Amino acid sequence: MIELRHLSKSFKTADATVDALKDINLTIHSGDIYGIIGMSGAGKSTLVRCINMLEVPTEGDVIIDGVNVGELDTKALRDLRRGVTMIFQGFNLLMQRNCLDNIIFPLELAHVDKETARKRALELLEIVGLPDKAQAYPSQLSGGQQQRIAIARALATDPKVLLCDEATSALDPKTTHQILELIRDINRRLSITVIVITHQMSVVEEICNRVAILDDGTVAEEGTVSEVFASPKSEAAKRLVYPDSAESTPAAREGERTLRVVFNGSAVTTSPLIAQMAMDEHIAANILYASTRTIGDGVYGNMLLGFPDDDEIVARATKYLTAGTGIVVMETRPEEQENRKEKGE
Amino acid sequence: MFTNMFAPEKVSEAVDIFLSDFPLALWETLYATVLSTLFAVLLGLPLGILLVAGEKNGVLPLPSWVLKTLNVVINILRSIPFLILMILVIPVTRALVGTSIGTMASVVPLSIAAFPFIARLVESSLRELNPNIIETAQSMGASPLQIIFKVMIPESVPSLISNFTIAITTILGYTAMSGIIGGGGLGKIAINYGYYRYKYLVMMVAVILLVVIVQVFQAVGTYLAVKLDKRIKTRRHHQ
Ligand SMILES: Nc1ncnc2c1ncn2[C@@H]1O[C@H](COP(=O)(O)OP(=O)(O)OP(=O)(O)O)[C@@H](O)[C@H]1O
Ligand SMILES: [Mg+2]
Repeated sequence: MIELRHLSKSFKTADATVDALKDINLTIHSGDIYGIIGMSGAGKSTLVRCINMLEVPTEGDVIIDGVNVGELDTKALRDLRRGVTMIFQGFNLLMQRNCLDNIIFPLELAHVDKETARKRALELLEIVGLPDKAQAYPSQLSGGQQQRIAIARALATDPKVLLCDEATSALDPKTTHQILELIRDINRRLSITVIVITHQMSVVEEICNRVAILDDGTVAEEGTVSEVFASPKSEAAKRLVYPDSAESTPAAREGERTLRVVFNGSAVTTSPLIAQMAMDEHIAANILYASTRTIGDGVYGNMLLGFPDDDEIVARATKYLTAGTGIVVMETRPEEQENRKEKGE
Repeated sequence: MFTNMFAPEKVSEAVDIFLSDFPLALWETLYATVLSTLFAVLLGLPLGILLVAGEKNGVLPLPSWVLKTLNVVINILRSIPFLILMILVIPVTRALVGTSIGTMASVVPLSIAAFPFIARLVESSLRELNPNIIETAQSMGASPLQIIFKVMIPESVPSLISNFTIAITTILGYTAMSGIIGGGGLGKIAINYGYYRYKYLVMMVAVILLVVIVQVFQAVGTYLAVKLDKRIKTRRHHQ
């Protein structure tokens, strides 16, 4: 469990003091995939860097499994960092080492013997799906492959927490999806707590179970992903969920069930999808809200669809809509939220 | 004065001198250059690392007065003209080598002149490194020394090699100059035969040899820097 208590961070620059974080209080439970989302400059990177003390908070405490990280001495902090590892937007691999040696690197730092380290690194290459890239250099890999190597490297020291700072922001939608799948897989298989920093709502919707919305250094809203996205309360949350119309919270009709459909670079165009569903499945969806854009040859944005209160119809619609790549569907009826989490959606 | 430089008797005289004096001179030039570069790197590399790592935001912050002193000393040493420096350090040379004359003696002023230069070159190489890589190592629990020896230096190898190549070719030029005051090598031959005895052909040959050595050093340095740089994509890995 990670607790952030009254966490504040100010930067003193030549001409001003920037309050990047102001009295942040958050609790992240073990096993969570916890999203921290916010606009550029909201303080997301600063927040995540405070967790492993890359940035020393001006005030407040970071407590990981009962240990107050701020009180650790240099040596103890280095040991802690082996258990709380990080991946970055820019991958940050060592360019003069091959992939295997990049993964071995943190083990080398921890003085693990060579043979054990090598074996572990080969296992990890397998886990991230790049067993044939051991001898390749980072410059010979695509962005997605480099991030896989960075993930393998972050897993080398058997961490209990993985911090991801915009880990998919430099990747295209398809690769983003694959990397998120990998992170979800790691979270489940190795029961590693994951903190995902992002400015993309779709990333949070795809893998997180809880989310905090950071706005100008404060937590504007916090809760389960479905809660926050189904009925955003703060202005900051509304701006993220309904980027084009911050005020209008769509209202479902009495007895109607709602599905949020998130398009993250999906190949289909939205309106034919709904029309197609009506023809193929004989389900008529009520479009409550739609905000989608076509960028390149993918569709981005989200849509809120209303359906009759019928489990069978909702299940069929979910299945139909999810079949497209780059589409995430979630039910947003409040009483369904806890079920959804348990089902592992 | 160059009119009958290629007269038959001049040519045969030059050939004689070439055969009798050049092998030793070439050897002297090479070992003075290589040895001086070696000593200068031994001093300049750690110094350059300190200049970067010891900064306020560096991985191994030093008290600011230490850093300031290092910078001032380096700047002073770098601004003294080499010929003057050679004379100034004669007592040091005597103390270390026992004499101030000869090739071995010239290694002392050469090393002293070159190490601050190398420190600056190392500093610039290390500053090219992406700071995110250092931060990533810190996020993995690396100690300052681990960052220096496992990240900063290995990641800068291609750039360091390029810069050491610049250094060795510059030092080669200085060895030639050291020939004027007691040092040996090709510089001495050029001065003695060319300037004092008007044997321009001999001087020309010495200069051409110096040019060839610079070319060779530069070619080898560039080759190594490129070959060792794993960032260069076209160099595909062979399984
Ligand atoms: N080292 C620093 N010195 C001064 N100001 C800083 C420093 N680091 C961050 N800041 C400031 O703190 C605020 C939060 O920055 P931070 O990098 O945490 O934002 P972010 O939410 O990660 O943004 P982005 O999405 O663009 O990465 C910004 O106003 C930024 O200018
Ligand atoms: Mg950031």
